[in-house]
Amino acid sequence: MRLNEMREGQHGRILRIGGESRLRRRILEMGLTKNSEIYIEKYAPLKDPLELSVRGCHVSLRVKEAAEIDVEELK
Amino acid sequence: MEKRQLRIALSGNPNSGKTTIFNNLTGTRQKVGNWPGVTVEKKEGDIHKFGHDMRIIDLPGTYSLTPFSIEEIVARDFIIDENPDVVIDIIDASNLERNLYLANQLRELDCKVIFALNMADVAKSRGFKIDAKKLSELLGVPVIFTVGNKNKGLDDLLKAAIALAESPLEIPEERRVRYSNDIESAIGELRDFIKCRVDAAFLYNPRWTAVKLLEDDKIIKDRIREKVTAESENILTKAEKLRGKLAKRLDDDPEIIMTDDRYGFIAGTIKEVLSASTLQRVDISRNIDLVLTNRFLGFPIFIFFIWAMFQVTFTLGAYPMEWIDAGVGFVSAFFEYVLPASLLKDLIVDGIIAGVGSIIIFLPNILLLFFCIALFEDTGYMARAAFLMDKIMHLIGLHGKSFIPMLMGFGCSVPAIIATRSLESRKDRILTILITPFMSCSAKLPVYIALAGTFFAAHAGTVIFIIYLFGILVAIVTGRLFRTALLRGEDAPFVMELPPYRVPMMKNLLIHMWDRSKMFLKKMGGIILVGSIVIWVLSSFPQNIHYSADYDAQIAKANQSYEQQIMPGKADHENRLRQQKDDLIRKISIAKKAERAEKSYIGRIGKVIEPLFEPIGIDWRGSVALVTGFVAKEIVISTMGVLYAAEGDAESDAMRDALKKSGMTPLSAFSMMIFVLLYVPCLATIGAITRETGSMKWALFSVVFTTGVAWGMSFVVYQGGRFLGF
Repeated sequence: MRLNEMREGQHGRILRIGGESRLRRRILEMGLTKNSEIYIEKYAPLKDPLELSVRGCHVSLRVKEAAEIDVEELK
Repeated sequence: MEKRQLRIALSGNPNSGKTTIFNNLTGTRQKVGNWPGVTVEKKEGDIHKFGHDMRIIDLPGTYSLTPFSIEEIVARDFIIDENPDVVIDIIDASNLERNLYLANQLRELDCKVIFALNMADVAKSRGFKIDAKKLSELLGVPVIFTVGNKNKGLDDLLKAAIALAESPLEIPEERRVRYSNDIESAIGELRDFIKCRVDAAFLYNPRWTAVKLLEDDKIIKDRIREKVTAESENILTKAEKLRGKLAKRLDDDPEIIMTDDRYGFIAGTIKEVLSASTLQRVDISRNIDLVLTNRFLGFPIFIFFIWAMFQVTFTLGAYPMEWIDAGVGFVSAFFEYVLPASLLKDLIVDGIIAGVGSIIIFLPNILLLFFCIALFEDTGYMARAAFLMDKIMHLIGLHGKSFIPMLMGFGCSVPAIIATRSLESRKDRILTILITPFMSCSAKLPVYIALAGTFFAAHAGTVIFIIYLFGILVAIVTGRLFRTALLRGEDAPFVMELPPYRVPMMKNLLIHMWDRSKMFLKKMGGIILVGSIVIWVLSSFPQNIHYSADYDAQIAKANQSYEQQIMPGKADHENRLRQQKDDLIRKISIAKKAERAEKSYIGRIGKVIEPLFEPIGIDWRGSVALVTGFVAKEIVISTMGVLYAAEGDAESDAMRDALKKSGMTPLSAFSMMIFVLLYVPCLATIGAITRETGSMKWALFSVVFTTGVAWGMSFVVYQGGRFLGF
C-alpha cells in the first residue's frame, strides 16, 4: 500500500521510495529510508500535508509526495 | 611567537542548538530559532581563549551537504573552499541517528571534525545512553558532550578543537563509510582514474570527488570543468559511464543507493553506541500538537495567534508611540528655541528631526512584531504554521514556508524578503519575494489612517481592513499568474521537520528581535535620513519665491490692527481678540506655506507628473507625496503634511481639515490608498530584492510590475467608482 493510504495512528514500514531523484533524496535524508519504521501522527486539518514520526523525529510531507512511498502496515 | 588564528566552523542540523552554542562561545548577538534554516547567514565571532586566537564561524543549519538548498551550498562551499582548521558538528544527542547523517558527510569531506553531542541532558531524560568513547573510536572523531543552553562542556569543546587543529589529519580508511560492493568498486575505479589525470595539488580528495561525481553532483562537476581544464571532459565522461553501469546493475540511481548505504552505516554505528532504556517517555511536544494542529482547533488557534500578534503590535505599541511622539516634539521644540532663525535651523527642525521623527515612531510596532515572530520561531510554532497553511499556500503555487515571509511582510518587507532564504527552491523564493510587497507593510498604515480617518470617519477601521484584504488578494492572483506564466516548474519537496516544541529563552528572543529591528533602524539612519533631507531641499528651494500676495505685510497688518483694538484691562475681551488674531495669522501663514510648496521644486515636479495621476483621482500634491514615498512609505504622510500645509501628524485635526479642503473625495482617497498599497516598494526593499535575487533584473521587474498593477487597480477603482456615481 501507499503511505498516503495509511490512516492516523497506524504503524508501518517503508518498502520502496519512488518519485523524482531530488524528492527521493530529500525524503531519504530526513531519515525515511527503506525498512525504517514509521508512525502516522496525523493529517493536517485540510488533509494535506501529513505528519509522521520516524527515527524519533517528526517529519511532514505532502500527500502527493507520500503517494510515492510504498509501505506495509505493521500491527 | 605569534600564534596563527584558528578558524573553527560550527555545523549541524537545524534545531540542534547550534546557534545557542555559537552565542555562548562568542558572546555576540545572534539569532536563535526553531524554524528550520533560521541561521541563513554566515556569522563569525573572534575570541581569545586558552592562549589561542580563534574565529568561530556559524554555518547554516542543514540536514545534509547534498547540496540542494542555499544553506547546504553555503555550508559545503565554506568547508571545501576555505578549509577551516576544525569543523565542530553539533549533534542533537536526543536524535542521534538523523544527526549522524550530516556528521558522516562531514567525515567524508576529509576535514578535521569534532562531534559535540548537544542537549545531552534532554537525551538522558528521554532514556538514551550514548557511549561517547565507543562512538569516538568507531568513527575516528573526538566526541564531547555539551549542554549548549546551560553553557556546559563548551570549554572542553574548544580545548578539543585546539588539540585537533594542531594534530595531523588522520581518519583511517577502514573507519570511513563503506558503500555496497558495486559502488565501492566504482568509487575505486573513478578515484584512480582521477588520481592518474590530476596532479596532487588538486583541491579535493580524489575519493570524495569520485563519490560526488557518482552522485551526479552538479556543483562539483562545474568545479572540475573550471579547475581541470585538460582532462575534465575525460573524467566527467568516465563518471557518467560508471553511473550508467551502476544504475543498470542496481536498478536505481546510485545516489539513492548511496544515501541508503550511509543510513545503513549509521544504523550499524547506532547499534553499538546507543542504548535506549525502556523508560516510557511522555512526549510533551506530541501532546501540544494534539491541540495546536488539531483538526478542529488548529485553524481557530492559528487565527487567534495571528490576531493576538497584531493586537499586541498595534494596541500595546500605541503607548510607547505616544511617548516617542512627545519626545520628538520636545527635541524639535528645543532646537526651535536654541537655534537662531536660519536655513540650517530649518534643515534640522523641518528636515531631519521631522523626517526621522515620523519614522522612529514606528519603532515600538516593529519591535513588538518581531518579538512575536521570534516567539513563534523559537517555540517551534512557525513550522506548525507552515504545516497548517501549506494546502492553502500550495493553491497559489507556493510552499507552506512562504507563509512566514509573507506574514512578516505586514511588518516590513525588508526582513520579510531576507526571510525567504528558508525556501529551498529558487523559483519559490523569487515568487515569494515578488508578491511580498503586496502585503501591506506597517509603514503604509499611517497613510491609511490619515486618509480613511478623514474621509470614512466611522468606517475607517473597515476600510483599512478592506485595503489589507485587497493586498492579500492581489498577492494571491499575481502569485498564481507568475506560477503559470513566468516561474513554471516542479514544486520544491515539502518534506520538513516539525521540531519539538521548546520553551524559548528570553535572551534569545530579545537577540532575535533586536537583530531584525536593527535592520529597520539602519534603514532609518541611512536611506530615510538622506531621503528626508532631499525632500526638504526640494520643498524649500528655490528660496526666493515670487508670492502672489504679500503675506508678510498681511501678517504685519493683522498684528497692527489687533494691537490697536486690544484694550488693556478687559481680560475677557482681550483674550478673545488675541485668539482671533492668532487664528488669522495662522491662516495667512498656512496660505503662504501652501504657495511656497506649490512653487518649490517639489511642487513643480508634482505639476509635471500630475497628468499621470489625474485618471486615478490624485492631484499634484498627492503625486508628489507618492513620488517621495519611493524613498520610504513613511515619508508619504509627512510630505502630505508639508504640501497640504498642515501642521501635525497623521491623526491631527489640522491634517484632516487640510485634506478635506483640498478637493479630495472619499473615492479619490480610496483610490490613493489602493495605489499606496500596491505601488513600487521602498528603496530599502528594492535593495533587499536586488541582494536576495542576486540581480537588478528582478528588482527592476518588481518596480515596474508593482507600479503597473497599482496604477491599473487605482484606475479601475476610481473610474469605476465615478461611473457608479460615488
